[in-house]
Amino acid sequence: MNIFLILEQTLNGLQFGVMLFLMAAGLTLVFGIMNLVNLAHGSLYMVGAYLATTFAQWTGSFLLALVLALAGSLVVGIVVELVALRTLYERDHLDQVLATFGLILFFNELIAILWGRSALYTTLPTWLSGHVALLPGIRYPVYRALVILVGLVVAGLLWVVVTRTRLGMLIRAGASNRTMVAALGVNVRLLYTVVFGSGAALAGLAGLMAGPIYAVQPGMGEQILIQVFVVIVIGGIGSIRGALVGAVIVGMVDTLGRAFLKPMLSTVLSAPAADTAGPAIASMLIYLLMAAVLAFRPQGLFPVTGAER
Amino acid sequence: MRTTSLALVIGLLVALAAGPAAAAETVKIGFITSLSGPAGIIGKHMKDSVELALDHLGRKVGGLETEVIYGDDQRKPDVGKQLADEMLKKHRVHFVSGVIWSNVMLAVAPTVTQAGTLMIGTNAGPHELAGKMCHELYFTTSWQNDQTPEAMGKYMQDQGLTDVYAMAPNYAAGKDMISGFKRYFKGRIVDEVYTKLGQQDYQAEISQLRAKSPKAVFVFYPGDMGIQFVKQYAQAGLRDQIPLYSVYTVDEVTLPALKETALGQWETRYWSPDLKNEPNVKYIADFRKKFGYTPSFYGAQSYDGIMLIDSAIRAVKGDLSNKKGMVAAMRKADFKSTRGRFTYNVNHHPIQNFYLLKAVKGAGGEVEMQVQKAVFENHKDAYHKDCGMRW
Repeated sequence: MNIFLILEQTLNGLQFGVMLFLMAAGLTLVFGIMNLVNLAHGSLYMVGAYLATTFAQWTGSFLLALVLALAGSLVVGIVVELVALRTLYERDHLDQVLATFGLILFFNELIAILWGRSALYTTLPTWLSGHVALLPGIRYPVYRALVILVGLVVAGLLWVVVTRTRLGMLIRAGASNRTMVAALGVNVRLLYTVVFGSGAALAGLAGLMAGPIYAVQPGMGEQILIQVFVVIVIGGIGSIRGALVGAVIVGMVDTLGRAFLKPMLSTVLSAPAADTAGPAIASMLIYLLMAAVLAFRPQGLFPVTGAER
Repeated sequence: MRTTSLALVIGLLVALAAGPAAAAETVKIGFITSLSGPAGIIGKHMKDSVELALDHLGRKVGGLETEVIYGDDQRKPDVGKQLADEMLKKHRVHFVSGVIWSNVMLAVAPTVTQAGTLMIGTNAGPHELAGKMCHELYFTTSWQNDQTPEAMGKYMQDQGLTDVYAMAPNYAAGKDMISGFKRYFKGRIVDEVYTKLGQQDYQAEISQLRAKSPKAVFVFYPGDMGIQFVKQYAQAGLRDQIPLYSVYTVDEVTLPALKETALGQWETRYWSPDLKNEPNVKYIADFRKKFGYTPSFYGAQSYDGIMLIDSAIRAVKGDLSNKKGMVAAMRKADFKSTRGRFTYNVNHHPIQNFYLLKAVKGAGGEVEMQVQKAVFENHKDAYHKDCGMRW
């Protein structure tokens, strides 16, 4: 195994990780602050991908489409919060799971009605479809590099917002003790709408970045959602920092497992045994990791201190 | 006690009286496919083709009133089995048909045949059902999994290619595809990689692939997996560096999402929209007219499935209780298949031609698959010798 391949796979892991982070950040905030289990988070990701693809076809501009899709996801998120989720905050988690599962079915069918069941054609603009030499010997796709960059910038911005602004203070306070925040006269409803809308926009951002590399089709959100839940369990519910660390860990473990587990196993096992065991164990790794975290640190790696659960 | 026996007698008489009328009863067909989620588009191709077949038959399969019950297996074997049970027990269907995925088929087919009902597969062809587990009530209008990659293996062997990197999803059909490929391809295989079924991102695998610098790549990635793999392969800049050969990856389901990205792709298949036999020309033209898109082989097989059932019911003159007669009729494959004339092997799997296809710009400017040449003529699957059936 050469060092360049390991570096390239690390970048792949990081890229998958930041994608998971964009999803996990919104989900963990909504879960932590609003105490709402939102299974429909993947649907917002799908909405982002569809809006970006459609706007790109209409406007002919990739960047303009991104901006419009981001705004669109924000609006869809806010509407969903106002119409469907407001009534669920006081209900228990089972009701929330049922209702948001219903939203998944609703969104999948709505998308199938509006755009059809067939996957949409997506492509990269030529200026994003090339390769860059990140290091001599590593030629990396420009678009994937851009995904990493955007993910890291968003993580940085989120960190600034959460730790340096008044809104961030309220978010942190809300995650620790909602009742107290409400008692201090903060408009919790508005805070909820803002948090949910931003979470939706982040999911939309992940979706619109996923569009050109994955198949844009109904049900695309659920495929990534399971891994996102693994991320927030590992990272600790309600914690942005936990979401970032969890996402990068899950991205790395999954990618490196897929890439290197089989070659490593084949040094100790026979080739057919490694062929069978390698992919099987690689696809289990992140769940094994989650089980280990749950066993030794059930509150996650970065729990929100003073949380009332 | 006496009243109950009397009721029993009356019941028997009613059943007896209904006997002759049974010839004019309704034929019920349970059709299992994936209608939701990422594979929902494949299910749509199949369902639309079933509907077109019904139209062509005047909504009467075998001359009988027809009811088709569709079931969505969600690409899950357990759900498929539940659907089969429900169709058999609640709807009392006479035929179960459909099924895209081999792992689903391995759960569904034995359930149906053990209940004494005919199973007409219209896609999945796991090797177990062609060999040791073959059953007189199980037919398929598609192929045995290994056959198509065997054709690609033969073509690549004939081209003198070597150092091939092979990839497939890690499930029943994925294993069949690679073993079929290796049965005819005798050159060096650099590595065999199995990925998770339904995987979205192949960047890690593509990096590994590039590091091994193979001379050619062979993959099996049906449906959404194919869209993702081919896109990412092209984005990695490998399209012009390492030629990509595939089975069930670039077809009429994935082409609308791939378009130019698929140009130059090689596939092997038993069917293509440009096969110029009479039933196929009619099927393609009417399908495009009714549904506004080009059907895929998934659709053609499902269309054939209904036509096969139709031929069997006509042979027994609508007597659905005559299963022996229907099996005997189906063995003749006496219907107008979209692939042209074919025969059934002892294990009820088709003996048929396989063609080399290439993704090219069609006359209308759209990218489409076109037949280049036949790789196999009247090709038998490798497992029929393990099947104990004789007829």
